[in-house]
Amino acid sequence: MRRAFIDSLLELAAHDDSIVLLTGDLGYTVVEPFLECHPDRFFNIGVAEQNMLGIATGLAQSGYTPFAYSIATFASMRGYEFIRNGPVLHELPVRIVGVGDGFDYGPNGPTHYPLEDIGLMRLQPGLGVVAPADPEQTRAAMEALAGHPGPTYIKLGKGAGTVPGLDGRFRLGRAELIGDGDDVAILACGGMVGAAVEAKSLLAAEGLGATVAVTASVSPAPLEDLAELLGRVPLAIALEAHYVTGGLGSLACEVVAERGLDCRVIRQGVRVVPRGESGSMQHMWERHDLTASAVVDAAVSVLNSSR
Amino acid sequence: MADDLRKTSLNIRRTVIEQSFRAGVGHIGSCLSIADVLAALSGGVLRGNSDDDPDRDRFILSKGHAVLALYAALHEAGRLDTAELNTYCTDGTAVSGHPDHALGPIELSTGSLGQGLSVGAGVALGARLNGSPSRVFVLLSDAECNEGAVWEAAMFAAHHRLGNLVAIIDANGQQALGRTSDVLDMEPLPERWRAFGWDVHEVDGSDPDALAAQLEALDTAQSTGEPHVVVARTTFGKGVSYMESQVHWHYWPMSEELYEQAISELDDAGAAAGASASASGSQRNSP
Repeated sequence: MRRAFIDSLLELAAHDDSIVLLTGDLGYTVVEPFLECHPDRFFNIGVAEQNMLGIATGLAQSGYTPFAYSIATFASMRGYEFIRNGPVLHELPVRIVGVGDGFDYGPNGPTHYPLEDIGLMRLQPGLGVVAPADPEQTRAAMEALAGHPGPTYIKLGKGAGTVPGLDGRFRLGRAELIGDGDDVAILACGGMVGAAVEAKSLLAAEGLGATVAVTASVSPAPLEDLAELLGRVPLAIALEAHYVTGGLGSLACEVVAERGLDCRVIRQGVRVVPRGESGSMQHMWERHDLTASAVVDAAVSVLNSSR
Repeated sequence: MADDLRKTSLNIRRTVIEQSFRAGVGHIGSCLSIADVLAALSGGVLRGNSDDDPDRDRFILSKGHAVLALYAALHEAGRLDTAELNTYCTDGTAVSGHPDHALGPIELSTGSLGQGLSVGAGVALGARLNGSPSRVFVLLSDAECNEGAVWEAAMFAAHHRLGNLVAIIDANGQQALGRTSDVLDMEPLPERWRAFGWDVHEVDGSDPDALAAQLEALDTAQSTGEPHVVVARTTFGKGVSYMESQVHWHYWPMSEELYEQAISELDDAGAAAGASASASGSQRNSP
């Protein structure tokens, strides 16, 4: 994902002189190619995320398109008010790049788990929120965002695998669907899409048809796509390595409630602060029921009880 | 020149008093302490004549709560008309209690302390990358320097030698709940900024001529060099005797009686200086 990001950025920067890369002293083995190609457009701001976002705001006011890169927790939260009062309030094309899906940083522990960044960023009107599922979708998202006038938060997972059936599709404001089952919709973005697709296969073995809505464009939200999907399934499960408040599960609830749809929503996300226990990403997913089998169990339980 | 700047200062103070009384709002002391700084900037320091000139000097009021003084300076320069000024703090206006960039001459919406210098450093860096001669002036308060982000920006500007960046510290010694020396002592401010790699100057912030002379003397022609800071030693509430260095004038609005007294004192100061309190009609580029 990070490799796809930097490759795309280099391609865009080759014919767009406004692109500048800022980092909060992170991105070892990722950002170097940009530094080599464009030393005059690369700034390591130091360990100072607030200032990085202030500098990005000023550069954007001067006509540049700054990409501000750090680990997702630091990029999204340390300078949150700078994001709010800077690029959001002034409608500037700052790209905040947060690295790490929910539990990507595994043994590094809770300070490195971005479990609320999607919700926080989604709160800000006009701030794009994009969480691609795989390297191919990352490239497509970078191309779709080229020239986008507003600010954007880009969440980059650390995975490198390709999601089967996604084929690198990405459109801003749209959900990319995998499958067309009418029994359950599974919403996911970023690093959880793989498990969502796996759950779809497992459900098929149970005789249940699922549609995976890859909601990489969290904002602008794919409201029409979700309304159409949630209008034809009795159950939606939002699978997310994110707190249950504010993320895709909340988005699904908003669509169902506002459109008056007859669809139950299960927010299959993180419900407690992960204190006192860290471990590999897989371990943390299992501890928080963020697995394909957990999705299947939830779906089977709900759908069987309503039959 | 000297009389002009003092007249501008007095007119800014008078507008601050009139508008804050009309609107029934506070932050008066913080506005009065920067009247002379704004008069100096208006009086020829800031270059560029229009809001859309890409090479204009930029002014960022990082201590956004003193925006009324900025409106007054813009009004003096003919860039904010009286009708607009009179909407200050009324329903539906962009002439609000903190700067809103929806208003043409306002470069940056501020009001959350500690953010202006970072953005200003970004604009200064952008000017360097663009090969633009424009310079960036950021006005902060002394208590604003409590914010850690100010020092992140200070480190960045010095490391990248943003010689086209000028910070002005309104060192009035007051903050919302008390004296800065009692709340969180930032002195000695000049030594602290010097330690962060800035070109430091200290000036009587109630003397618009001294301020203008100091700001003009800064070597901002090169976009690479030490960034500059002018520590302006000001008086909170300057020009209205009962407000000077009195902390409650951070928030309090005036009674009618105190309003009359303030206007009377400013009239006396104007008469003493031989200056008219009428509008100057100046065409200079105000902040």
